[in-house]
This record gives sequence, structure tokens and C-alpha cells, in this order.
Amino acid sequence: MKQDIQDHANQKLPLQGAGGAREAILAAVLQNQPELQQLPDIAFLKGDTEGAQEKYITTLTTIGGKVLKVKSFDEIKALIPQHFNADKRVVSTLTELSDIAELNQGEPIDPHTLEDIELSVIRAHFGVAENGSVWVTEDLMGQRVLPFICQHLAVVIDAENIVPTMHEAYQRIGSAKTGFGTFIAGPSKTADIEQSLVVGAHGPRSMTVFLLG
Amino acid sequence: MSQNITTHTDKKLPLQGAGGADHATLAEIFNKDEDRVNWHDETLWWIRAKRDISVHKIPEWEALREAASQIKHNVLSNMHVYLQQFEANALANGIVVHWAADGAEHNAIVHSLIKKHNVTRMVKSKSMLTEELHLNEYLAENGIDVIDSDLGERIVQLAKEPPSHIVLPCIHKKKEEIGELFHQYLGTPAGNSDPQFLTETARHHLRETFLTRKVALTGVNFAVAETGEFVVCTNEGNADMGAHLSDIHIASMGIEKLIPERKHLGVFLRLLTRSATGQPITTYSSHFSKPRDGQEMHIIIVDNGRTVQLGREEFRNSLKCIRCGACMNTCPVYRRSGGHSYHNAISGPIGAILAPNLDMKKYADLPFASTLCGSCSNVCPVKIDIHDQLYKWRQVIVQNGYAPTAKKISMQVMATTLASPTAYHIAGKGARLVMKFAPFALNNSLNPWYKQRDMPKPPEESFGEWYKKNRKAP
Repeated sequence: MKQDIQDHANQKLPLQGAGGAREAILAAVLQNQPELQQLPDIAFLKGDTEGAQEKYITTLTTIGGKVLKVKSFDEIKALIPQHFNADKRVVSTLTELSDIAELNQGEPIDPHTLEDIELSVIRAHFGVAENGSVWVTEDLMGQRVLPFICQHLAVVIDAENIVPTMHEAYQRIGSAKTGFGTFIAGPSKTADIEQSLVVGAHGPRSMTVFLLG
Repeated sequence: MSQNITTHTDKKLPLQGAGGADHATLAEIFNKDEDRVNWHDETLWWIRAKRDISVHKIPEWEALREAASQIKHNVLSNMHVYLQQFEANALANGIVVHWAADGAEHNAIVHSLIKKHNVTRMVKSKSMLTEELHLNEYLAENGIDVIDSDLGERIVQLAKEPPSHIVLPCIHKKKEEIGELFHQYLGTPAGNSDPQFLTETARHHLRETFLTRKVALTGVNFAVAETGEFVVCTNEGNADMGAHLSDIHIASMGIEKLIPERKHLGVFLRLLTRSATGQPITTYSSHFSKPRDGQEMHIIIVDNGRTVQLGREEFRNSLKCIRCGACMNTCPVYRRSGGHSYHNAISGPIGAILAPNLDMKKYADLPFASTLCGSCSNVCPVKIDIHDQLYKWRQVIVQNGYAPTAKKISMQVMATTLASPTAYHIAGKGARLVMKFAPFALNNSLNPWYKQRDMPKPPEESFGEWYKKNRKAP
């Protein structure tokens, strides 16, 4: 066993970004890391594409989300007032919904002004059958905080854009560069008080996916 | 052996009831309320059962664990390259990267960032690293008000306690106690302990916090070397609410949070939440690559003893941990002694192999707080040999002279007895006689064995005696 590798406590405070700590940590890592072990090939890990859509619906419903199958944006427009209080503030990134929602497509605004949103409607790239999540990047959010700060969240995905597992999800994401992206699976929730599940912790109280196609 | 590698151990620990007391003493305090112990035990086992149901739905689960384990072995063996790759990519993405050797350096960096922006308040989402480094206490001493935004963490913060579990911070608290805390601090009606109502109250209280704090600190679940991005997982959305409404986002990570490539997130995100709570994934798995326009984003990469653990061949595997908490939920000792009895930020079996690296003397008791049943190793999603490491720590601790005195004496007596056949036979016979004719000599309040259990009825004779009597002449 290697001992007395370094005496951290005597190090001076580091300068921002590159002080003594950086060099000391890297030197200690180099000295102490074991012999190189190869990365495993994970290409064999993949899911079953068959029945992915049905599985997606079941999974999202189980974790507290809702799925509505629709054929067109007109149908979505008709469903929104039935499922949400459309008299309150509704914000969307989708031009198709501009006559029923306030449009936000990433114009520079103070994110705090979104505080009173009742419903956000955004698009997602795809859904993941095994966990009910959708993958959204910031170009689809308008504002990063938009899918989090609203009381209710609705997401539109194309019905054919369902991948079976997270492996296919990352294959699909590939090396795309984005400032921020997130998997969202259902409404915000907590079970911190005696493991009693409560929906609507800090984020949306509900999540609805419009499965288009 | 290198001791005192950190300075934070000198600080006053906020652990309730832990005035230097060891695990057994603290567990005894927890065990006074038998109903609560049973409830704690059953609640955690219920979570373990949920984990099982979720895991059994994935036929390739064992292959996933093996892949995760091998990826983490590669990370540990190539960390020197990955750290620099991550730093270069994060810098290229516009993130400021800081390095901190220990808690004092980390906390000073956070404080300097807060001061630079002339604010005195910060919102923080779940970060066990900042618990380990005692950031909140340090900032409080420096006049900075920190609000923890994870509901469970906010509850223990109001109660002035540390989290008792890394995923379920207030799992030791009954809802009535939480209702009382909310009544006292958030003005809810006395006697109301409905989880729905209390959560709604916290939602309003913390929303105001999110909207008014300029600095937000989050933890890091995974940091990707290939892309310079980091991933933060929450169910509540509190990390995102804090980060996206802040002017400055600070993310604190231990060096072991690295993974090589983005595609490896597929493996770890499949394992993490299923192991933790039985959910298929957390509600939010957020990937931060760049600050938003006008925002500052900082990453603090922390060592705090991790490089020393990396050099301990027998214990370096503990750095594979992804902090799911499955080893705690399944541990018969954790479930019946409570997280606070471990008097360390990370409790349970994994905490008991991480803590002695930080201070072997102070945490000498923890590797002994285990039955070595191996359940922790069985559920670990990255295949850490947890119970083997607990066993190995016991040996290192005894060799270094840190074993508790009573244990040292009894082990010496036992070694002498077992080394001599005569002494062994006399001792065996003596014990059988005492148990038969004078059980009170053993079964009394001085002998901790009898606190929760009884001895089996002693046999009339030993196997040796029976064999002598019954063996036939050849």
C-alpha cells in the first residue's frame, strides 16, 4: 500500500482554474492510478424495438405521466383547453400553437418572468420506452427553465420517435453539441416525507405527452 | 499511514448525538425506540424490494453491472488522462474549472465566488460532497445563508441535523416531527403532518428561494471526459430550478465522478435509479455543457483524500461508487442502527469503507459495524466488493493499533485460548458449566450480547468428549 503520497493540508489556496491543487491532484493521480484497464465494448447492450410505443405509454403512465395519442396539431389545440386551464398563461415554443399560446423561441428574456406559467408546451426529440422519458435540448425549450418552472408540462413527440432503451437514446444523440439537454420522465415528485409519493415538488405537477402520428 | 490528510476533521461536526461516540453507542441510542427502529427497518427493506422488482424487469441486468464495473475500472486506471480531457472540454464549452485539494480549498473557492458577486445568499441542491466538506457550516460562519432545496435536505437542515441517508436524507424522521418543524419554521398549522400538504408548503417556500437567489450550487452525478458536460439527476427538479434561474451556477464534484464517453451514460443512468429507489430513471437527468447567455458556470473538482484511496490497492474500488444508496437499504445493520450512528457524511456500508481513508482513528469503529453478510456487494450496481473491503479494513485498523481496547483484549484472550488445546478444552467446559448452573454470570446487563437476544441452550458435552466416549476401537 502506498502511503504519505502528499500533504494536502499544507498546500496554499489555488488560483482560480489552475493553482497548486491542480498539479498536486494530477501528480497524485498519476502516481496512484493502477495499470491501464481497457474499456469494455458495450455495443451488445441494446433493446427490443418491437412494441416500443406501447411500452412507452405503459411506462410513462406508471410513473405518473399521461399520454394522449393525436393525429394533428389541431387535435392538440382542441385538447389543451379540455385538460388545462387555458385562461391562465400558456407558453409554447411551437409556431403551430401560436394562436392559443404565447410564443417563446429563445428570445433573450429574464427567466424569472416565466414564474407564473400555467402550461408549457414544447417538442422533444424522442421518447425512451424503458423509462418513459423524453429527450429535450435547449433549442427546443426556448428558455432552459421553461419545462421546469411551469405548473404543468406538455410535450409533443412523433409517434415513430420512440427508442427502446437508453443505449439507443445516446446512439441517437451521438456527438451533437448542445449547451443544455435533459431527459424528463413524468411530473416533478418527491417521497421524502415517510416515503409517501407526492407529485408536484418544485417543477410541473403533471406531464402530458402528445404522441403525434 | 497517512493521517489527517484533510483539515475539516478538526471542525466541529454537526452530527447529532455524536460527541465522539462510536457506532455501537450511537446505535444504542437509536435502538431505544423499538417501534421507530422497526419502522425504519421495514421502510428501507420496502425500498430494497422495489429495487428488486425494477431490476428483475431487465434481463441484461448482470451484463449492465459488469459493463459499469469495467468502465469504472478503466476510469480509475486512466484518471490522469480523463481529468485533463474533461477540463479541456469544459473550458472550451465556457465553463470555469477550479481544483481543490480538500474541503478548506473547496469552501474558500465557493465563498470567493459568492463574495465576488456581492451576495450573501445561495440555494443548493443535493450534494453529498458538500456535506463531506462541511460547506454549509463554513459559509454560515462567513455570513452566507444557504438554503438546501431538496425537500429531504431542507427538512434535516431545519432540524439542524445532517442527512442520515445519501438518497433519502430524512428517512429517519416521522411525518409528525416534520409537521412540527414546518409549524415552527414555516408557519403551518400545529398538528398537520399530511405529506401532500407539507410538500405543497415547501414548494411555495422554496419557489420564493429559487426566484431570489443569484448563486446556485449543485452536485454532479456524472462528468463526461469526452464532452466536458456534467449530469445532475433529481426527481424534484430542484437542481434545474436553482441553476436555470441563477446568474452563477457552481457544480462541485469529486474526481471519481468522471466517465469516459457520453454513451456510457446509457449504462449508468439505467443502473442508478433502479438501484436507488426502483424507479426506471429520475424525473430529470440534466446534461449541462455550457452556461446560458449571461450566466457563469463553474466546476470545482475536488480530491479530499480520493487520490490517497486511489493508491490503496485494496480499497480503491470504493471510488467506483455512484451513490445510489442500495447498500444502505439492504444492510441489516444500517436498517436497524440508522444513518446517524455512522457519524460520517456518507453512512452505511459504502460510508464505512470511505470514512477510514479520511481518518482511520476516528472511523476505526465503522468497518466493524457490519455482519459481513455480503448483501451490499450483491446489490451494488458497479460491483464494488463492499463486504470484502470492510473485512480488509478491520485488519488494517487492527494492524495500525486503532481497534477499540475491549475488542483488542478479547481478541488476545481468544487468540491465546485457540492456540492451546488444553486452554481451549478447559474454557469450553467452563463455559458450558457456567451457562448451565450460573447463567446470570453471563446474562446480565454488563454483557451487551443479551441486550436484544439470548444464548442457545449449551450442549451437555463437547464434540471432543462425545467422540472419546463413543469411538469404537479400531
